[in-house]
Parts: sequence; C-alpha cells; structure tokens
Amino acid sequence: MIKQALQALEATPWGTAVRENTWLFPTIESVHVLALVLVVGSIMVVDLRLLNLASRQRSVRELTDDVLPWTWTAFAVAAITGTLLFSSSALRYWGIWQFEAKMCMLVLAAINMGIFHLGAFRKVAQWDRAPAQPPLAARLAGGISLTIWVIIIALGRWIGFV
Amino acid sequence: MGGAVIKQFCEWLSATSLSQHIQDALWVIPTVQTVHIVSIAIVMTSMAMLDLRLVGIAGRRQSLTDMAARFLPWVWVALVALLCSGTILIIAEPGRELINQVFWLKMSMLAAALALTWTFQHMLRRSKTFWDRNRAAAVLLGGVSLLLWVGIIGAGRWIAYVEHG
Repeated sequence: MIKQALQALEATPWGTAVRENTWLFPTIESVHVLALVLVVGSIMVVDLRLLNLASRQRSVRELTDDVLPWTWTAFAVAAITGTLLFSSSALRYWGIWQFEAKMCMLVLAAINMGIFHLGAFRKVAQWDRAPAQPPLAARLAGGISLTIWVIIIALGRWIGFV
Repeated sequence: MGGAVIKQFCEWLSATSLSQHIQDALWVIPTVQTVHIVSIAIVMTSMAMLDLRLVGIAGRRQSLTDMAARFLPWVWVALVALLCSGTILIIAEPGRELINQVFWLKMSMLAAALALTWTFQHMLRRSKTFWDRNRAAAVLLGGVSLLLWVGIIGAGRWIAYVEHG
C-alpha cells in the first residue's frame, strides 16, 4: 500500500517535473538549502540563549517572539521544497535509511520542542532576564535541540551520497 | 595559460598522499560538508538578521551596534570554519572546484559580501549612528549583502551540478 502511494507521488506533475527537468532539481535543492540553514541558524540563536551561551542580555520571551516566526516560515519553505525533492524519487528515498532516520530526527526535534513549550517555557517569566539563569530543563532542551539539528543536517547531506 | 597552470596544480594536488587519503576515507567528505553547512547556517542567519535590520524590515527594537556586537563575532569565526572545511574539500577534489566556473562565481560573490561586511563594521566603529543617519546607504548595503549571501548559497549547491575538471 505504501509502495502504491509512493509510486503515485512520483507520477504527480510536480514529481515528474522535478525528476525530468535537469535544472529544476538543483534549483529546488538550493532553495531547500537556503531554507534549512535559516531554520537551523535561527533555532541555534534560541538554543544558545537557553544554554545561556549567547544573547544573554536579551529576554528569552522577546527573543523567541522575534526569531520563531522566521523559523516557522523557513521551515515551511524547507518542508515544501523537501516534499518536491522527495516526490521526484519517492520509492528510492523511502528505501534509504538516512532519509528515514532524518524524518525520525525531525519528529524527535518536534517532541523536544513540545516538551519544552509545555514545561519550562510556561514559567519563562521567572528566568526570562539576566542575571536569572535558565533552568536545567531549558538548558537540556537547548542542547538536545542543537544536537538533533546537526544530526539532521548530516543525514540530509548523506542522502546525497547514497 | 592560466587554465593550464590550474590544471597542472589540480593534477598534482589530487595525486598527493593527503588528497588520496581523504578520497579513500569515504566518511571525510560528507562530514566536512556537514561542518560546512552548519557554519553556513551561522553566517547566513547572522547576516540575514543584520541585513534585514539595516534594510529596516526586522529587529527594529534592537540597536544596530547591539546586533553587530552579538552576531559579527559568530560570523567571523564561522567564516574561518568555512575556509578550513572548504580547503579540505578542495584538497580532496581539486578539479571539482578549481576548474569550475560556478565555484569562481561563488568566490567572487564571497569577496564582495566580505567587503560589504567589513565596510559595515568599519563605518559602525567610526560612528555608532552612521548607518542610522545614512538610511539610503544602509538599505543599499543591507539589500546587496543579502542578495550576495543567497547567491553564494545557490552557487555553492550548483558547483556539484555543472561541468568541472
């Protein structure tokens, strides 16, 4: 059943276009790279603040309010371009473990973010500004997030070598 | 004439023990490229924030001096990481970059972008309000800088897809 869905995806107009047009794949891939570096870079800004390693003078609340809208926008572009790239050879990518691992890591990143937002972030007013330090839960969330996103980049690049 | 010299250099470089070693150890190039991409994330995000602030689209509640002090150190450190990782990639596959029009286009855009960043930092040091007082120049510099960095990323990816030595 999954095989049929993947084949159907490959047969879509966009899947076909990306697969058959020589310059379309590199172009969409370039936009994917631009989007992903902005996702990871902006997440790093927040994570480094949670780890109390950078932007220490800024309020955590203000920082996330400023940065996260850009993160989400970039993520949307990355997801759309990623889907287009995937559609061009859905069956092949589905069978590549680095691709599957990358998708799992994305889910883990989401779970990590969810736990943080429902947990330590709810009391952010208590540790929002220097000299108050982010609690352990916040520092863990930041560190785990950074690690996961570097792994996502590595897996993403690795796909290209398979 | 210059082309022949580069070609000879690439042939010599790819025959060196170091280059052979890197080519044989299959994990090196993907790992070094990952370092390269993470460093790009740092540079691109920092420059995007600074340039959008210069152009006046975002981050207006922070002073330019503040933002520059927070982001530029990361940019310069990440650029060193990009230089190192980039050099390793060139040593591994010299012709892929050095005999490649898109690579040289990328380097030209990089030189221009770095010149703009230096100019931005230089004028800011001389006068904290320089860019606030010269809005037109600020918008121009920020806009061109942003376009260049986007171009650098695009060219970087296209290196793999065009004809090379």
